[in-house]
Amino acid sequence: MAHLEVDLVAADRKVWSGAASMLSAPAAEGEIGILPGHAPVLAVLQPGPVRITPVGEAAVRVAVGAGFLSVDHDQVTVVVDSAEGSVVQA
Amino acid sequence: MAGQQRVYRQRIRSTQSLKKIFRAMELMAASRISKARDRVAAASPYSQAITRAVSAVATHAEVDHPLTSERTDTQRVAVLLVTSDRGMAGAYSASVIREGERLIEQLTAEGKTVSLYVAGRRGVSYFTFRHREITRQWTGASDAPEVETAEEIASTLLDAFLADADEGGVSELHVVYTRFVNMVTQTPRVVRMLPLEVVEGEASDASEMLPLYEFEPSPEEVLDALLPRYISSRIYSCLLQAAASELAARQRAMHTATENAEDLIRTFTRLANQARQAEITQEISEIVSGADALSASS
Repeated sequence: MAHLEVDLVAADRKVWSGAASMLSAPAAEGEIGILPGHAPVLAVLQPGPVRITPVGEAAVRVAVGAGFLSVDHDQVTVVVDSAEGSVVQA
Repeated sequence: MAGQQRVYRQRIRSTQSLKKIFRAMELMAASRISKARDRVAAASPYSQAITRAVSAVATHAEVDHPLTSERTDTQRVAVLLVTSDRGMAGAYSASVIREGERLIEQLTAEGKTVSLYVAGRRGVSYFTFRHREITRQWTGASDAPEVETAEEIASTLLDAFLADADEGGVSELHVVYTRFVNMVTQTPRVVRMLPLEVVEGEASDASEMLPLYEFEPSPEEVLDALLPRYISSRIYSCLLQAAASELAARQRAMHTATENAEDLIRTFTRLANQARQAEITQEISEIVSGADALSASS
């Protein structure tokens, strides 16, 4: 099955990266959900939780500051100013 | 005679304690430089992602943003000079300040007024000593810059760039910093950061064709969010490079200083030995001549 390659990066480090089956993020005009095969998009994010469902594992949640998100060819890059220290189980 | 010996011993002792300081500074710089390089590596995914996104927007949307357009209403330009907080780094601060002075001279010759922004205590003291006006200064963490510092610098400079001409607005922003090439080479560099020219690297590779993005909520708002972040990420990477360069320069300078101290100690030890030998020789000849005089008189 197709999956997403997710990179979640903050200004000074890489927070999370790996394969995921779903990702949702707080876009400027409401929550945006990304599934494999999504059209290329560049979205502005507001502060809030990013939820990632890794392939075959339980979802994780990271609280992030403002930033943006880009999707192309199942390659998802979430770029944020700051991210809370830990990645927690949702 | 004994005085001469004592002076040499004293100088040997003081040089030895200096050598210990130099050695400690060298080791400290050496241990911090690997951290600084790790930090450069940790920040690169962010700057790569942001650069990619900016060029994606630039290739697909008509880029017309205040940050990318030339300003003609003011002759004032901003120069950000990145120096170190502490000395003991050889010519590090001196060479970046020299590069900055050259740029300022060139800009002044073009009829522009320069407003100075300085990071690092060495640069600040250089300009205050010469009674030159500094618009804004940042000191305190030149060898381990924080993201917050970079963001503060970026927002100050962006505000200056977007301000009206009569409120101290600037039409250009130049950054002078030291690029970390490798452990041996660090070169001072001048970068014109604003107005932005969104041409990053060579995007001619066909496989690297950027997809047709949808923008959420709109291209303008995406650009609004992206460009300030791009600037602050560029400034952050400048600060990180400068920090790594500073530590490398300090390590090298302290290494040379340690070696020089060793040379000095060796020279002084020779001289002290010579003085001691001379004293002994003189004492012997005094005793012998004394004994001679006694036996001749008896």
